[in-house]
Amino acid sequence: MLFQSDCLMGAVLNTTVFAPWEDPQAKPLIQFQNVTKRFGGFTAIDNLSLDIFEKEFFALLGPSGCGKTTMMRMLAGFEKPTEGHIMLGGQDIDPIPPNKRAVNMMFQSYALFPHLSIWDNIAFGLRRDNMPKHDLQDRVEEMLRLTRLEQFARRKPHQISGGQRQRVALARSLAKAPKLLLLDEPLGALDKKLRQDTQFELMDIQEKTGTTFVIVTHDQEEAMTVASRVAVMDQGKLMQVATPDRIYENPNSVYVADFIGDVNIIEGRASANGEDSYQIDWAEGQSPLTATSANGFSNGQACHIAIRPEKVTISADRPADAINAVQGKVHDIAYLGNLSTYHVELPNGTIIKAQTANTRRISRRSFTWEDPVWLSWTATAAVLLAS
Amino acid sequence: MSRLSWFNTVSLTLGFAFLYIPMIILIIFSFNESKLVTVWAGFSTKWYGELFQNEQILDAAWVTLRVAVFSSTIATILGTAAAYVLVRGGRFLGRTLFSGMIYAPLVMPEVITGLSLLLLFIGIGLDRGILTIVLAHTTFSMCFVSVVVSSRLVTFDQSLEEAALDLGCSPAQAFRLVTLPIIAPAVISGWLLAFTLSLDDLVIASFTSGPSATTLPMRIFSSVRLGLSPEINALSTIMIAVVTIGVIIASLVTKRAMMRQRQDEMAAARTE
Amino acid sequence: MRRAFLIAVPYVWLLALFLVPFFIVLKISLSDTELAIPPYTPTLDLSQGWAGIKEFFSQLDFENFVWLTEDDLYWKAYLSSVKIAVISTFLTLLVGYPIAYGMARAPAEWRPTLMMLVILPFWTSFLIRVYAWMGILSNEGYLNQFLLWTGIISTPLVILNTNTAVYIGIVYTYLPFMILPIYSSLERMDGSLIEAAEDLGCSRLQAFWLVTVPLSRPGIIAGCFLVMIPVIGEFVIPSLLGGSGTLMIGKVLWEEFFSNRDWPVASAVAVVLLLILVIPIVLFQRNQQKQTEAEQ
Repeated sequence: MLFQSDCLMGAVLNTTVFAPWEDPQAKPLIQFQNVTKRFGGFTAIDNLSLDIFEKEFFALLGPSGCGKTTMMRMLAGFEKPTEGHIMLGGQDIDPIPPNKRAVNMMFQSYALFPHLSIWDNIAFGLRRDNMPKHDLQDRVEEMLRLTRLEQFARRKPHQISGGQRQRVALARSLAKAPKLLLLDEPLGALDKKLRQDTQFELMDIQEKTGTTFVIVTHDQEEAMTVASRVAVMDQGKLMQVATPDRIYENPNSVYVADFIGDVNIIEGRASANGEDSYQIDWAEGQSPLTATSANGFSNGQACHIAIRPEKVTISADRPADAINAVQGKVHDIAYLGNLSTYHVELPNGTIIKAQTANTRRISRRSFTWEDPVWLSWTATAAVLLAS
Repeated sequence: MSRLSWFNTVSLTLGFAFLYIPMIILIIFSFNESKLVTVWAGFSTKWYGELFQNEQILDAAWVTLRVAVFSSTIATILGTAAAYVLVRGGRFLGRTLFSGMIYAPLVMPEVITGLSLLLLFIGIGLDRGILTIVLAHTTFSMCFVSVVVSSRLVTFDQSLEEAALDLGCSPAQAFRLVTLPIIAPAVISGWLLAFTLSLDDLVIASFTSGPSATTLPMRIFSSVRLGLSPEINALSTIMIAVVTIGVIIASLVTKRAMMRQRQDEMAAARTE
Repeated sequence: MRRAFLIAVPYVWLLALFLVPFFIVLKISLSDTELAIPPYTPTLDLSQGWAGIKEFFSQLDFENFVWLTEDDLYWKAYLSSVKIAVISTFLTLLVGYPIAYGMARAPAEWRPTLMMLVILPFWTSFLIRVYAWMGILSNEGYLNQFLLWTGIISTPLVILNTNTAVYIGIVYTYLPFMILPIYSSLERMDGSLIEAAEDLGCSRLQAFWLVTVPLSRPGIIAGCFLVMIPVIGEFVIPSLLGGSGTLMIGKVLWEEFFSNRDWPVASAVAVVLLLILVIPIVLFQRNQQKQTEAEQ
C-alpha cells in the first residue's frame, strides 16, 4: 500500500514538475561517458559520467580550476576528451569540429566582434549557414526583440552598456537555434543588481525558446537561482548532481555543504539510538546531539553534523522541548538588514552561527555581545555526513 | 590546429631565414682570404687586421662615437622634458605647434631634414663639423626619445605623483624621487634609440658635416658605392656583433628583472 | 618658473632647428640660382630696413616650381618614387603579415624571443643591411652562384642595379616596421573571438578573413604607412641597389644639391616632396588617432 502511493506520487510529480532525470525512460540529450581530459600531466576531468536532458537548465558549479570550463569547451568542440566519449542526441560528437556542431556558446568575455554592428554580430552565424536574406532578417529581428535590443541594432559593441552586450552575446548564440546553448560565466561581468535581474531574464528566455542550457559558474547563488539541476564539481570530479533544493538541504558531503551557502559543521562520533536516528558525542562534558539520517552509520563512526544557521534558534533560556540545545555566549553580531547573524562561542571554543529574520522594522535587539544564550535545533534540522 | 601551426612554422622559418641569412653570409665572408668578396678562398682574419690599420675608418669611428654620445645624451634630456611637458604640462601657448614639431621629424624624409639644417648652418655662418652633426642628430632623435618616454608617461599612474606631493614633495622632488625612477627604463631605451639612430645616420650627417668630420656611415657609403669590399664585411661583422651582444644583454637584464618581480610577487602571495 | 623653463628649452630648440630651417628651405625654393656664395639670390639685407624687406619679397618667385613641371625628370621621379613605395609596401605586407601572424600564434614563452629577433636587425646599421644584399644580388653574387650551381639557370640573372633589387632591399630593411604593428594588433586580439566565429559555423579560413583580418586592420594600415612614408624619400637603397634606371626623388634631390649645386631647385624638390607626403601623413595620423580612441 505504501509502495503504491509512492508510485502514484512519483507519477503526479512527473506530470506537474519538469524532472526527466527521475524518469528512467527519458533519453538524455547529452551524455558524458567516462570522460577523462588530461593536459600534459594535469588531469582536468577525471573519469566523469553525466547525463543532461533536453530543455534542462543545467549548472556546472565549482571553484576555479575544478574542470567546469573544460567540460563546456569539450561540449563546444574546442577540446577533445582524452578518454571516453561525449554523445549529443545519441551521436558521438568527438570527431565533429566546433563549426559543424549544433551547439553554440556564449563566451565569458562575450567575444562580440568589435568591427561589426550588433545586427551583424547576431546575423554572423546565420550567414555561415547561407540562410536566405529574408529569413535571416526575420530571425535577427526576432532575436533583437527577444533580448530587447531593437533600438541598438546599428551600434557597435563598444557603444552599448555591459548588460546590453551580455544580451547581444545571448542573442547571437541563440540565433542559430542550437540544440544546446553553453553559457560560460554569462553574468560574471555584470554588477550585482543587474546580475539578479538578468538571471530571471535568462530563465525566461530559456523557457520561451525551449533550448537546453548548460551554464558554467562559480557563483552558487546564480546556479541555485537559474538551474533545474546543479552539478557541484571539485578537482575534475562531480561531487553531487541534484536539484538546487536537494543540494542545499541534502548535501552528500561536507564539501558540498560547505560550498553551497553558510553552514555550521560539528565533528563527532555517531551511535544509533533509534530507527534512522543517531546520537552524536561531540565534546567532552557536553550532552550528545541528536540527528536523523537515512544513511547507515556504525556505532562510533566519525561523522560531521551540518546545520544551516537559519535552522538554529537563539534564545535567552533553554527551550523546554528542544532535542538539541547548547549554551554559549554571543561573540559577534552581523546585521545584514533582512537578517541578523549571531556568532555564538561555545565553552570549548567552537563558533556556531545562528540566523534570525528581522521581520519587524523597529525591535529592540534581543541580544548583545557577551550575552549568555541558548542555541537549539530539531533532530531533522541537521544533516549527518560521514567523514 | 595542426594545419595552422604547420603554416605558422613555415612562415616563421622562412621569415627569419630571410631576415638573417644575408647578415650571416656577410659575416661568413668577412673571414674570407680572397679580396673578391663573393669567392671563397679559405679562412682568414686578415681583413680585420687591415681594418684596424685603416686610419680613415678609425678616425671616422671615433667621430661617430663622439657625435652619438653627445647627441643622444642631449636628446634624452630634451626629449624627456618635452615628453613630460606634453603629457603633464597642461595647456600652454603654442602647445599644438609644439606637439606638431615633436611628431613631424619622425616622418620627415632624411634628405629634407638634412638639407634644411645645412641651409640653416650656412645661413648663420656656423662652420660645419662635429658640432653641426651633433645639433642635427639631437634635433631628430629628441623627437624619438620624447615619443618613447611619453608612451610610458601616459600609462603612468598620476596618483603616484599626487601622493608624493601630498607627502610633502615639491614638484621637482616628486619628479626626481618618484617619476624619474619609474620612467627610467623608458628614458634608457630612449637614449639607446637616439644613440643607434645617430650611429646609423648617413644622409643627415652627409648634409651637415664639413670636410673636417667624416662619420663612419659616410666612410662606409663612399666605399661600398664603388663595390664590395672585404674590409667593410669585417667592419659590418664587428658592428653586428656589438649590437647583438648589446641587445642580448639588454633582454637578459629585463628578463631577469621580470623574473625576480614575478618570484617576489609569488613569494608575497604565499605569505598572505 | 621651472615649468616655463622645461617648456622653453625643447620648444626653442625645435623652433630654431626644425621650423626655422624649414622656412629657409621654403624661401630658397623661391629664389634664383646664382654663381656666388651662398649660391642663390636674393639674400635678406636688414641693414636697408623696410625697403630691403620689400625688395627681398619682390624678387621671390615660383620659377623653380615651374621648372620642376617642365623638366620631365622631376615629375617622373616623383611618380616613380610613389610607385616604388606603393609596390614595395604591398610586398612588405605580403611578407610581413604571415610572420606577424606566426609570432602572435606562437607559444607565449617564445614571443619575447621572436620579438627580439625581429627588432635586432632594426638596431643594426641600415647601411650594412643594404650592403649585405649587394653581395647576394650582384652578377657574381651568392644568389647567382647558387642558382647556377643548382642548374635552374645557365646564365647569371641581372638583379643588382635594377628596380627588383630596390624592391628586395626595401622589403628587407623595412620589414620590422610592418611586422611590429601587425603583431601588436594580432597579439592583443581576444582569442575567444576566433572561437566564437568557429562556434557560429566558420571554417578556419573564414574565421581568418571575417575576424582576424578586419581586426588587424589598424596594424596593417599603421605598418603600411610606416613603410611607405619613409620609402618615398628613400636615398640609400636606390643609390646602392638601384641602377641608372631607378628614379627616386631622394636620390634626385641629393644629386641636385651635391652634384649640380643647384640649391634653389633642390629646395623646390624638397618642398614638393613634402607636399606629396602630407597626404599619407595626415591619413596615418588619423588612423593612429582612431586607434587610440578605440582603445579608450
